[in-house]
Amino acid sequence: MSETRQITVTVNGTAHTAEVEPRTTLADFLRHQLELTGTHLGCEHGVCGACTILFDGYSTRACLMLAVQTDGHAITTVEGLAGKDGTLAPIQAAFQKHHGLQCGFCTPGMLMTLTELLRDQPNATEEEVRDVLSGNLCRCTGYSGIVDAAMEVLAQQRGKGA
Amino acid sequence: MGFRTIGARVERSEDPRLLTGHGEYVDDIHLPGMLYACFVRSSFGHAKVGRIDASAALEMPGVHAVFTAADLPASMRKTRIPMYLPNPALKVMLNPYPLAFDEVCFVGEAVAVVIADNRYIAEDAAQMVDVDYEPLSAASDCREAVKGGAATAHAALPDNKAAVYKVGYGDVNAAFASAAHVYREDFWQHRGCAHPMECRGVLADYDKRANLLTVWSATQAPHICKRTLADLLGRNPEEIRVIAPDVGGGFGPKLIFYQEEAVIPAVAELLGRPVKWVEDRREHFLTTTQERDQYWSVEIALDEGGKLKGVRGSMLHDNGAYTPWGIVMPYISSTTVPGPYVLPTYELNVTIAYTNKVPTTPVRGAGRPQAVFAMERLMDRAAREMNIDPAELRRRNLIQPEQMPYKVGLTFRDGKPVIYDSGDYPATLEMALQLSDYANFPQRQKAALEKGRHIGIGMGAYVEGTGLGPFEGVTVRVMENGKIYVSSGAASQGQGHKTMFQQIVAEELSVKMEDVVVTIGDTTAIALGTGTFASRITPNAAPSAMLASRDVKAQALRLAARILEVNEDELQLVDSRVEVKGGNRPGLSLADLAKRSLGMPGFSFAPGQTPGLQNTTYFTPPQAAYCNGMHIVEVEVDILTGGVTILNYAVAHDSGNLINPLIVDGQIQGGVAHGIGNALLEWMAYDENAQPQTTNFADYLLPMTTDVPKIVSGHIETPSPLNPLGVKGAGEGGTIPAAAAIIAAVENALQPYGVHIAETPITPERIIEMLHQSPAYDPMKSVGL
Ligand code: FES
Ligand code: FES
Repeated sequence: MSETRQITVTVNGTAHTAEVEPRTTLADFLRHQLELTGTHLGCEHGVCGACTILFDGYSTRACLMLAVQTDGHAITTVEGLAGKDGTLAPIQAAFQKHHGLQCGFCTPGMLMTLTELLRDQPNATEEEVRDVLSGNLCRCTGYSGIVDAAMEVLAQQRGKGA
Repeated sequence: MGFRTIGARVERSEDPRLLTGHGEYVDDIHLPGMLYACFVRSSFGHAKVGRIDASAALEMPGVHAVFTAADLPASMRKTRIPMYLPNPALKVMLNPYPLAFDEVCFVGEAVAVVIADNRYIAEDAAQMVDVDYEPLSAASDCREAVKGGAATAHAALPDNKAAVYKVGYGDVNAAFASAAHVYREDFWQHRGCAHPMECRGVLADYDKRANLLTVWSATQAPHICKRTLADLLGRNPEEIRVIAPDVGGGFGPKLIFYQEEAVIPAVAELLGRPVKWVEDRREHFLTTTQERDQYWSVEIALDEGGKLKGVRGSMLHDNGAYTPWGIVMPYISSTTVPGPYVLPTYELNVTIAYTNKVPTTPVRGAGRPQAVFAMERLMDRAAREMNIDPAELRRRNLIQPEQMPYKVGLTFRDGKPVIYDSGDYPATLEMALQLSDYANFPQRQKAALEKGRHIGIGMGAYVEGTGLGPFEGVTVRVMENGKIYVSSGAASQGQGHKTMFQQIVAEELSVKMEDVVVTIGDTTAIALGTGTFASRITPNAAPSAMLASRDVKAQALRLAARILEVNEDELQLVDSRVEVKGGNRPGLSLADLAKRSLGMPGFSFAPGQTPGLQNTTYFTPPQAAYCNGMHIVEVEVDILTGGVTILNYAVAHDSGNLINPLIVDGQIQGGVAHGIGNALLEWMAYDENAQPQTTNFADYLLPMTTDVPKIVSGHIETPSPLNPLGVKGAGEGGTIPAAAAIIAAVENALQPYGVHIAETPITPERIIEMLHQSPAYDPMKSVGL
């Protein structure tokens, strides 16, 4: 076995201290060491977006980041979106309502990208939503259910804020 | 009657797990003691395989074993993977060996497998396995490959013609001789790859004590996987359990049985430890079947009034190195041409070529997009030359509803004559014209052109044989708690089959949808199964579910009548209970009945009584159910960049009765997206040595959110008479005419430059290239310089 490094990383609010090999990607660390398999790998070369997680709140490709780089940082994965009691987050519920997923493989990445958008661009237009989502590939849905879900939650958020 | 769930827009019960990251795909399964595999693959399109030296790999820490063909069980060492789709036209059925040992015939063909503690080590070690190859000339371009003296894709074959056959009917030559108009076209059509977002993956675990080999595979057809594996391993089929867990999209290629599905279970058994292999995207580009080039040379004949007289010509299909799905896909192409039209005569001469590329097998649409492209582009050509509106030319030739059932004159791939069972094609056309506001397009085009914008409109019609047999069975059983257990071989790759079963069974048995518990994709849950392909699950499995439920309901009423001592017709099943109609006597719950249906230990049943409330039905459709649709697309082409924007995409669609419109709309939207990729983006390139040139998502482009608009769709529901639910398949119709319609629209937009497009995909570079051939094209002028 090659040498390992110790890292401490907060994942979905829980601190984990772990030994990782320097070459282990963040995605493999989450999936294999922490057994958080909601983060998916569709290409492992940074294009498909299935592996998107939030790194200190910002969307990041977990296939392109090494686990050692996360030492001292906070990660949010799809497992961190729903309430403790399993209540779906508004964007998750909207995906179900608008049929924003079929096989569900791209879905975690879509949800993480949109979680950031809903926080940072509360007034996003459909064009902006599509632009942000253009870094996430989905082969099943043709995207419109995903876009509809995002637009609905944006409108709900604005409704509440007003 | 309980709540109507069949036909309702019901949210999917699959979703909450998948939305919270709790789905379980093959790569999510971690078994104790599990090892990881990486395959050693040919880097040549065609080569002789010499010595394989694994010594350096075996010395690496963490490496457990390296297997070559010689190390596999004797039963599969020199046995080609079986193939169950013979066709008289196919001279030799050629499938790969589990591991190649003397010859490799495409880049990526597996020759050895490395087993290690983790994937990182396995991949490192695979690089260290030294294989002696002696490169042979490769067959790359199928047009060259079928010429005399061309390099052969397999050393043992005399030439590259896998099959040569003719389909057709009527006296086509006489029809052409007497035609008023004849037009000829040559088309090149490229179809690309399926690219589900989840690649393939196999995990196998042999339990010696139970003598059970369990295989998890990202497959569309677990039952076919099981029987193929049983053949290869020489095992009793019931000692093998194949599970398709959550599968991240399929679109065709995951129905094929691959080398890795043979090797991983075999080595797991040899090593006595679970072994997992998960394909990476580069491997997917190299080894997962694709649907590739077809070259069509076809002519269309019409009379004075624009009525079709005949279509004739030839088609050349690149089948790649092997025939794992026989010649089904090109065969479907050749029988799809007549489409929704009264076509009195037809002849197509088909040549299927072997080349040194990964095999081609059905990808969403399965050969139909190519046929529709050929036919619809011919119709557009005739319309243009004869100065008839393209919609009008189609209208004149459509099969009328009163002609149903309509016998085309061909034999379909299911061996049955092509008989369109039902449909109202003129209504489909009119609906699409409405949805696209076709009538006002000329004004829109004129107004746009005045502003220097190039917009165009195009259409594509299709008829698709869906719901192919032989069967897909369903077991329905009332559990002792009154909930309903349903199992089926109908594995899902995202189509929502569980929800569909819940809708049908809940309505038939008057229970809540959440009280229907469904298991699919597990060969132990139902004895026999076929698999998910050819838009076949709804027409096969939904009637099975309905008929099984009805039988269970009859059993429940019979048993209740006996217990309550009333006549059956005085009883009704409502809200999980059998009640006496209009009466004040207490009824029985389904839970009570399920318990009573098991009798009492030691006591005999009454005559005629059967154990349990359960039924397994294998509905067998008599033939394919034909759905149809018309797509009309409006695009804008940027003549400076060649970029195409889809402004409006209308789909009129008839797939019979709908069980869940939410899901059907999703299938259409997703199918069209796939077609947009085929029309404008996706090109799997090979060089002259059959070396793949596009092996990542930067070189091979999939449609993104910014490429796919929201589809405007309308449904016509002409029930199919072929099954009790009146349903037809809906999984592929979105893709089938998309390329034809989009290319027609692009051509229409570029009318001022006389651009004629006879190929797919058409990339921005290609559009600019074509524009430059036009004397009218002046890019400077178009920006006002
Ligand atoms: S897996 Fe990371 S971008 Fe595709
Ligand atoms: S839902 Fe299957 S890839 Fe998006």
